[in-house]
Amino acid sequence: MPYKIGVYVCHCGTNIAGMVNVEEVADFARGIPGVTLSRTYKFMCSDPGQALLQEDIRKNGLDAVVVAACSPLMHERTFRRAAQEAGLNPFLVQIANIREQCSWVTEGKGAATEKAKALVAAAVRRAREHQPLEMRRVEITPSALVVGGGIAGIQAALDLADAGVQVVLVEREPSIGGHMAMFDKTFPTLDCAACILTPKMVAAGSHPNIKLMTWSEVEEVSGFVGNFKVKIRRKAGYVDHDKCTGCGLCIEKCPYKADSEFEQGLAKRKAIYLPFAQAVPNKPIIDKNACAYLKNGKCRVCVKFCEAAAIDFTQQDRVEEVTVGTIVLATGFQAMDGRRIPELGYGRLPGVYSALEFERLNNAAGPTNGVIQTRDGRAPRSVAILHCTGSRDENHHRYCSRVCCMYALKYAHLLREKLPEARVYNFYIDMRCFGKGYEEFYKRLQEEGVRFVRGKGAQVWGGAEWKAMVPAAAVPEGLEDHQLVVVAEDSLLQQVLHVPVDMVVLTPAFEPRFDAEEVGRRFLVSRGADGFFLEQHPKLAPVSTTNEGVFIAGACQGPKDIPDTVAQGSAAASKALSLITRKEIEIEATTAHVQDELCSGCRTCIGLCPYNAITFDEARKRAAVNDALCKGCGTCVAACPSSAILARHFGDRQIFSEIEGLLSL
Amino acid sequence: MSFEPKIVGFLCNWCTYTGADLAGTSRMKYAPNVRVVRVMCSGRVDPTFVLKAFREGADGVLLGGCHPGDCHYQSGNMKTLRRIPLLKRLLKDMGIEEGRLRLEWISASEGERYQRVINEFVEQVRALGPLNLEVRKALPKKSQATA
Repeated sequence: MPYKIGVYVCHCGTNIAGMVNVEEVADFARGIPGVTLSRTYKFMCSDPGQALLQEDIRKNGLDAVVVAACSPLMHERTFRRAAQEAGLNPFLVQIANIREQCSWVTEGKGAATEKAKALVAAAVRRAREHQPLEMRRVEITPSALVVGGGIAGIQAALDLADAGVQVVLVEREPSIGGHMAMFDKTFPTLDCAACILTPKMVAAGSHPNIKLMTWSEVEEVSGFVGNFKVKIRRKAGYVDHDKCTGCGLCIEKCPYKADSEFEQGLAKRKAIYLPFAQAVPNKPIIDKNACAYLKNGKCRVCVKFCEAAAIDFTQQDRVEEVTVGTIVLATGFQAMDGRRIPELGYGRLPGVYSALEFERLNNAAGPTNGVIQTRDGRAPRSVAILHCTGSRDENHHRYCSRVCCMYALKYAHLLREKLPEARVYNFYIDMRCFGKGYEEFYKRLQEEGVRFVRGKGAQVWGGAEWKAMVPAAAVPEGLEDHQLVVVAEDSLLQQVLHVPVDMVVLTPAFEPRFDAEEVGRRFLVSRGADGFFLEQHPKLAPVSTTNEGVFIAGACQGPKDIPDTVAQGSAAASKALSLITRKEIEIEATTAHVQDELCSGCRTCIGLCPYNAITFDEARKRAAVNDALCKGCGTCVAACPSSAILARHFGDRQIFSEIEGLLSL
Repeated sequence: MSFEPKIVGFLCNWCTYTGADLAGTSRMKYAPNVRVVRVMCSGRVDPTFVLKAFREGADGVLLGGCHPGDCHYQSGNMKTLRRIPLLKRLLKDMGIEEGRLRLEWISASEGERYQRVINEFVEQVRALGPLNLEVRKALPKKSQATA
């Protein structure tokens, strides 16, 4: 039992010392039994701060250390490492969180100082009960799973594969490419999305270190950092891709059609299909909901024409299991359904388009071969682009979707380029052009004759509806029935505008994927208040998660543009790589342990363990914890009716002492 | 001077403790009455911890865990959820009001919720007044802990 304890109260500049009387806390600590020295220091986490602690350990033979500073989630590792370097077992360090849970949240110096004293008293009492523990080491499987084949996942997979790591890249859709593959041009440089993305898709598809699993979904994840076991459902596509040569004859001959998901329903595709021409893998799958043979047992035209005999209607979903050392989640976003804002007319008025629809409409490979026209085939003479559709909106999403201002500018530019006579409006709340070259692009667009209206487009009405609703005097001159009227308040002129246009383009908010909650649970990754995956630290650990070994990249973490997404893909790959190249890692030593002499063999604990880490020895009638499987949650410890299970580092004695300390003043 | 209750909070490392840290990082002010014990999972909270806290002078006890389904250890929070009704019955038999024990699911991103829960619970316990000392004396002085 340690009895030469050193207490260090950190000022953290003024972060702590501005609210907590640190000298008073240190004086108080000096009086607690077991404390041999107590000091304050400006920044304990700094090199001199750590050196101070190390010198005391060496000179005074301290046998435990209490650091009253920021949260243990911030610097526990730092101080454990410092102690270890000075020869003290790292588990003999205890942190008192007097910053995040004291100085930053308490009003009044007196109250904050009292609370800090209680926290220090608890930490000292707890430290007296600490036992030295050895960290466990586990080997890391040198492979990675990347979930999601958009640009973030592709980038992460390529970076890892180029470094020699075996990568499994799982994509839910029949092709990788994600949202970026749907875009026409990219802001602000206006380079074509396909031209910069396709080479990366091909590289990922043909890389010897990447195993591509498209039309597949992760079903189950078990294990932990270094050794995740992942079950992947390979959905039946009814085409044997090992035999298929990708000749495309089946697609040409297939007589059945369905709406193309890739073209946002603006065009049809066949029942046997490639989502788009540059798909990777460039081999089709069969949509079982559109295929006549799979629905009614008649047709088999594709079978007849397939020389490679690759069509296989007997194919079933199968589940493949892989073991990987680390995981990158890059599952992306979904665009908000415009129908959730009925006053904007999306889904009701044919002239109202979503952003993705407009991307396809404008794309040379899209449903109109790049001709911008309304559904009835007219070239629009005026177009309104409405910003913030569901973003920065108390009724929908409070956050800014970050990319809409910029792609709205891009649309305005493309419209002016293709239809120089057309009037183009941007209805905005604020222009947010924050990236490299973005502000310059905005300036350029202002000079291109685009009309910028500072005011949110609030309502969109059909021309006929408008005429029926308002007095004749309020109908804009020459308004035709098929046209649209955008109602917006110009907040600079402080005037309500009714603008007649032929086409409206919405900019729907970025949303977490519909199944983000389920996916988060599967990978034990938390989500923020906005529903996107939560990073470990918003600034210092932006691609890490609280589940060690699982990283996040791209729009699954929050709305972002392509440059930021690619940067995160690379960042996640580098974090994963740095883990893998360590070959083995230390994992928590704080496991549970059954004390044989106290175990009554009741087996209560066995059913409680979520990791099947507790087994029952029939011969001896005792339970035993498998150290390698135990993650140290302590549920079995709390449930054992004989108090036979010991939680290392979180034992009853340690916690009781902490409670005593907390309530000692 | 009004009564300042003492409250012990047992917070799980992954959700509520992190949420409490977030409240700090966001400089959200709340009542100083709650003093926190960090546990890895709310499932670790042995009912004797709660009794011990009351014995040592707590007027209220807060348990904080991950939302159901979000537990870092899959289901530890659900084990806690099931223990609470039993524990509350026991507390009632001892003369400790149910309102002195509160279980809350607070995620790592819910700093604002943490602040609200703390302020609410402090007021709730303040309204109940100090825990009856006779009751406190009746609680076992030394823990039965062997570990």
